[in-house]
Amino acid sequence: MIWQQLQSLAGSYPLALRGLGMTVVLSLISLVLGTLLGFGLGILRTGGNRLVGSLIGAWVDLIRGTPFLVQIFLIFFILPELGIELDAFTAGIIALTNLAACFICEIVAAGIRSVPTGQVEAALASGLSRWQRMRQVVLPQAMRIVLPPLVGQYVLLIKDSSVVSAIGLTDLTRVGWLVVQRVPNGLLVFFLVGVGYFIVCYPLIMLARRLERRMGAAHGEVQL
Amino acid sequence: MLENFSFRSIVEYLPLFGQGLVTTVWLSALSFVGALAVGIVLCAMNLQRGWLFRAPAKAYIDAVRATPLLAQLYFLYFGLPRLGFVLPELVVGILALSLNSGAYVAEIIRAGILSIPRGQVEASVASGMTYVQRMRLVILPQAFKVTIPPLLGQAIVLVKDSALLSLISVAELTRAGQLLASDRFMPAEGFLTIAAFYLLLYYCLKGLAALSGRWLGTAGART
Repeated sequence: MIWQQLQSLAGSYPLALRGLGMTVVLSLISLVLGTLLGFGLGILRTGGNRLVGSLIGAWVDLIRGTPFLVQIFLIFFILPELGIELDAFTAGIIALTNLAACFICEIVAAGIRSVPTGQVEAALASGLSRWQRMRQVVLPQAMRIVLPPLVGQYVLLIKDSSVVSAIGLTDLTRVGWLVVQRVPNGLLVFFLVGVGYFIVCYPLIMLARRLERRMGAAHGEVQL
Repeated sequence: MLENFSFRSIVEYLPLFGQGLVTTVWLSALSFVGALAVGIVLCAMNLQRGWLFRAPAKAYIDAVRATPLLAQLYFLYFGLPRLGFVLPELVVGILALSLNSGAYVAEIIRAGILSIPRGQVEASVASGMTYVQRMRLVILPQAFKVTIPPLLGQAIVLVKDSALLSLISVAELTRAGQLLASDRFMPAEGFLTIAAFYLLLYYCLKGLAALSGRWLGTAGART
């Protein structure tokens, strides 16, 4: 009985690999796009313009206040009504990128705010331009605060990518769902699905912990 | 554009949305209580010196944190019947949310307890307090202050996570939205309405977190 199931499971390994591949590709694309967008939004948020800052804040609140599943449904079912045709993959990327950008925006903004104003004033007095100030003075110091939660956010993003299975993308979770219809052993099937995610996520969790310890130590050293 | 946005359908489905909202609230509340119970036990195990209790607690917390809730939910949903437990979807959902959030709660409580300076523990040892007295009189009252805002943050996460239960056909808020979307082909009406309801819950909990932070004199919740 269990042997038959194992054989049947072994037979569906190409499907599992495809699912894992889909999970990795989805996460990777939205991770890169979300990071870029998140940094941009975070810098704008802490920049001088009040209106832009509060608009971004309001959008971030909307995204943080609603379940990701609802966001995916909204994007997948409503954008076509507005005349924007998109497939499940694009909808998934848009939803994940938006989610990541919003959370990363908050992380980056917190990091930028943690840099003492004296530093910015000194940079200003040295005649650095706005861009130079950000790139050479503020961001390098903010990164110490930003990096550990940023990596933690990547783990959340990979896990959240499982929700796109709800609009029919064959990611790892969807593969588990498909396989369990044929091999009626939910424990085994979803244990293996879990192992798949664990292999991707756990190294990142370890990295986040290490960064937290290292950055914490470094922070103690530099603090005046 | 959405020129035929039908407010009438939303109003007609309002009782269903109301029921869904109520279900979401009480099942989240129940799951949060469950998560507190799971978290306290896990944290107590994790703070032991011997590896006998510590190792399983650590393994559990890592396993939960490194896998998605949806996979955990399906694990219980498809797995429990195989072990002979045929439970209603709602119970499976509450169980999954409790077990998932419990791992995060355990880490929040642990951070709270470890935030108490070592000197206080030593001082209470020097005053001849027993372990229970130390915990009850010195550590927990202070740790309580630090943990409330992040615990409320976790409650916010839990309410949002409960939307996933609609995927195992629990009749909560998201399910109500799906019904309007599929019965009348009105996804905009269905999903925008439930998004508004979730925002309502979010702002309530967020306000509570901010208030508690002010009362307790700690920073606001980080979600």
